[in-house]
Amino acid sequence: MDNQKTENKKTGEPAKASEHQYGAGYKLIGKNYQTPDLYAKVTGQAKYAEDFRAEGMLFCKLLLSPMPHARVKRIHSNAALAMPGVKAILTANDLPAPADTLTDNGTVIKASKWGERGLTNEPVYQGEPILAVAAVDELTAAEAIEKIHIDFELLPFVIDPLDTLRPGGPNPRTDGNVWTRPAGQNPGPPLVTELKWTKDDFAELDKGRLPMGKAPDEWSYGDLDSGFKSAALVLDETFVTPDTSHQTLETRSALAYWQNGKVYIYTGTQSTAQTLPAIARWLNISPDNIVFVSEYTGGGFGSKITGGVSMIIPALLAKKANAPVMMRISREEETFIGRARPSFQGRMKVGFSKEGRITALDMFVICDNGPYDAVGDAPSSGRIVSLLYQPQAMRWRGVTVLTNTPPRSAQSSPGGLQGIVIIEPIIAKAARKLGVDQVAIRRVNCPEGKAPFGPAVQGKRQYATSAFLKEALDRGAEQFKWSERVARTPKRMGTKVRGVGVSLSCYVGGTIGFDGLLIIKPDGRIAFQSGIGNLGTESVIDVHRAGAEILGVPWEKCDVVWGNTTKNLPFTCVSGGSQTTHAMTRAAYATAMDAKKKLQEIAAKKLGGKPEQYEVANERVFRKGGASMTLAQAAKYAIQLGGVYDGHEASADLHKLTKASVAALAGQGLVAAAKDNYPRDGSTFSYVASFAEVEVDVETGKYYIVDFLASADVGTVIHPRALGGQVLGRSVLGIGHAIGQKWVFDPHYGEMVSKRFHHNKPPTILDVPVDMQWSALDIPDPETPVGARGVGEPPVAGGCASILNALSDALGDEIFQRAPVNADTILTSLEAGRPMQHPLVAHI
Amino acid sequence: MTEKASSKAIRDLLQDEVPKAVSRRNFIKGVITSGVAVSSASYLFRASSLLHGQQSAAGVGERLITLNVNGQQRRVDAMKQETLASTLRYKLGLTGTKLGCDRAECGSCTVLIDDIPYYSCSVLAHTVRGRKVVTIEGLAKADGTLHPVQQGVIDEQGFQCAFCMPGFIMTTVGYLKTNPNPSRQELAQGISGNLCRCQDYDKILTAMMRGAENLRRSNLG
Repeated sequence: MDNQKTENKKTGEPAKASEHQYGAGYKLIGKNYQTPDLYAKVTGQAKYAEDFRAEGMLFCKLLLSPMPHARVKRIHSNAALAMPGVKAILTANDLPAPADTLTDNGTVIKASKWGERGLTNEPVYQGEPILAVAAVDELTAAEAIEKIHIDFELLPFVIDPLDTLRPGGPNPRTDGNVWTRPAGQNPGPPLVTELKWTKDDFAELDKGRLPMGKAPDEWSYGDLDSGFKSAALVLDETFVTPDTSHQTLETRSALAYWQNGKVYIYTGTQSTAQTLPAIARWLNISPDNIVFVSEYTGGGFGSKITGGVSMIIPALLAKKANAPVMMRISREEETFIGRARPSFQGRMKVGFSKEGRITALDMFVICDNGPYDAVGDAPSSGRIVSLLYQPQAMRWRGVTVLTNTPPRSAQSSPGGLQGIVIIEPIIAKAARKLGVDQVAIRRVNCPEGKAPFGPAVQGKRQYATSAFLKEALDRGAEQFKWSERVARTPKRMGTKVRGVGVSLSCYVGGTIGFDGLLIIKPDGRIAFQSGIGNLGTESVIDVHRAGAEILGVPWEKCDVVWGNTTKNLPFTCVSGGSQTTHAMTRAAYATAMDAKKKLQEIAAKKLGGKPEQYEVANERVFRKGGASMTLAQAAKYAIQLGGVYDGHEASADLHKLTKASVAALAGQGLVAAAKDNYPRDGSTFSYVASFAEVEVDVETGKYYIVDFLASADVGTVIHPRALGGQVLGRSVLGIGHAIGQKWVFDPHYGEMVSKRFHHNKPPTILDVPVDMQWSALDIPDPETPVGARGVGEPPVAGGCASILNALSDALGDEIFQRAPVNADTILTSLEAGRPMQHPLVAHI
Repeated sequence: MTEKASSKAIRDLLQDEVPKAVSRRNFIKGVITSGVAVSSASYLFRASSLLHGQQSAAGVGERLITLNVNGQQRRVDAMKQETLASTLRYKLGLTGTKLGCDRAECGSCTVLIDDIPYYSCSVLAHTVRGRKVVTIEGLAKADGTLHPVQQGVIDEQGFQCAFCMPGFIMTTVGYLKTNPNPSRQELAQGISGNLCRCQDYDKILTAMMRGAENLRRSNLG
């Protein structure tokens, strides 16, 4: 029986990393606790979007485009509208004009004419919603959809980026096929333009290598030529990463209704506070007329950063039909509109010294953007790779190509996963050729300290706030017993071959400049107002532990308010880009310090002495000599004093959303609100070293992950169990890219065939070892008060690449040249002695 | 209910739908107007019958049936083709059971029927008459005391977004009735019909193993 060990016999430490003692010197930070949302979740009381009900609720269904690219010439909807029970129809003509964006510093970003609007008269992918029908029940709505006939004009379509880059190739949109960013000091928004490569460029394709024509985006540093000249080994490899649907388990169903001129919308989001301005933009109405409710969201992974534009469909239908409308999104619809990670067709030429140090890197990536807004994956990939491997000289080129395939968005480690998954197999191959240990070759290229990344901007390269990845790598190698596994022989027993792999991994880990808001009530309880989304990361609650820690209050006296924009939330970061833990612990810290300052001032006013003589701890504010008051008493005095103490006045630098929330709380207690103005030298990243062992059966091609370990450098640990969930959970998200997730298209019809879970194959519990391991260094980041950095994305690439590297360790370098790696690839390649997948065709 | 008995129940239902000695054209027309053959992409249910005073589509009959859910006898109008998941969520106010795929791929809709885990999205409501249905809402005691497996989740901070949680918990409760002291490997096999997209599998397994331990202890004491 393999019951989990409860204790490590050697050190007496708990075998599970989540049970280690973190947070030395802290009462709350670094300690496990029961989050306040857990009871509702575990009893089934937690309400997600489709669980809400409204009196007289209608249902709507969508009509999806059967064409990959077409123009709607005429909609024949009379038969549908004549059906009893059909209440309203919504087409693209009913959508409000897209609103311009006004940024916080007053810049106007004009609405993009190529942007996604929710419904369309020119569908640009098969599966795109063209119109919606609301009816008394779904049966009627579905039947109405069946009765609607549309005359289409078929337009040229593209599902493989290389097809449109060919000279004479079709364009996915009438204006062109690539996103270009205008140059200049104050560049305008990105534009869709046309880019065609030459016949000569495409000669590379015949050799199985990525053609590299003109790239709209490029940067470089160092001397590439001399870097390659001085290299002991130069490798030039082409690799393709898969498109992977986010496939959140909760689809983006939404309920909407209007009441007294306000629209109420219930749907999932990663960022509660920031979804409000997004809805305002999509509906072209004032944020004051929107109530957004999202108490629980069933997963996001980047696909619901501010919800999704599709939520305006029930909102507009509800207005038309004068009744609440529930839009239930099916699993297939979710595959179409629910976002996906873009595939990269990439090529890297890498020069290595004899120790494996990267002397030069020439990186070229084609990003399959889908038909709509430009994703940032291509530029991110260059920055991440330059940080993680510190190439001595580097050129990055990228082209973001539009195609008539479902829309993409960021997915956990956008660009980071793709870039790292392209270079890691090259490094693994180089280590074998140079006779260098796989851990050693990564150690010699590892970033440390204020590591630089990207090109010089105005003469200076940017750099990270800190990096302790070498320590994480060393620690992980020790915990994984790397040397023992490498030395273990025989590697092959019968038809089973074992391999071990290691990968570095990193991604951005924090932003700055957001607001916090808390109120100490006259009963002594503290309410932390949280604008973070509740999508499962628990950061919605965790960051406030830092605030409670500063104030020295027991957690039992704390309430966290979240999930509804009418509950007076502060201006919060989006929960994307792994920024939340970093950004919002800073805001929580600033707010707690503001509360502390106010407590000291109130105490001095009432009890005499100077504010700085007072301390705040154990629910009291007190000074030597005995004068003290409880927090409850201080709250009462705050109300008496008014002004800044109880929210009647607010700090000028707060965001206007926060100011409105402060004003709404005025007079209810001691109100503390502050903007994070703390300095930060560098950009914040978090890092992971990932280790895997696989066992491959060379007769069946099937392989298992025998063991997996992720060693994380994410700054101060706030909540160990939640951290472990993120480190391992996101590792498995990455592992999915190696073991089977991808899209498959019928290229003739431009039709997606991988529409459901059993086609796309996200990892199941049997795809991963039953005892996955993780650890965290718990070394604080020096550039942030609480020391905590974000964690959601850094583990993802390592999950995928460590598996790929373990596979090539087991089977050699002539098996695969793209991910995922399936049994058929392994068997056909083993038999042929060379990789048998097509090196570059998309969606196979 | 035995295998044979449930097949008979389904045959009995179909028997009512198809009139004898009918022409092929009329049969097809009848099937179409009864809504059974509506596009495969659609859901076949409604929030409540006769909403807005509208007649239901011709041929779609709802029947008043009694279901035993969470220990209570519940009277509910359900169409013949209505799934148990729809009935629970839209007619009985039990939204703890989730719909993740509606096609028996993900397990979010798992409930217990006579102590056996089923995908309620793929069970017809009419076929569970006379059987014991338990959903996530039926696990905790009336005084709020959690079921030992639920408590395991609390003890280990199991799950993340928790959309998959009710399904996993019901599957685990059902599985533990057949194997109360599983190894991690065995339990993983037992709950492998449930998907988690947050990929929290390691922590889910820890929470469910803890739940199993809690259950064993509570059965002893």
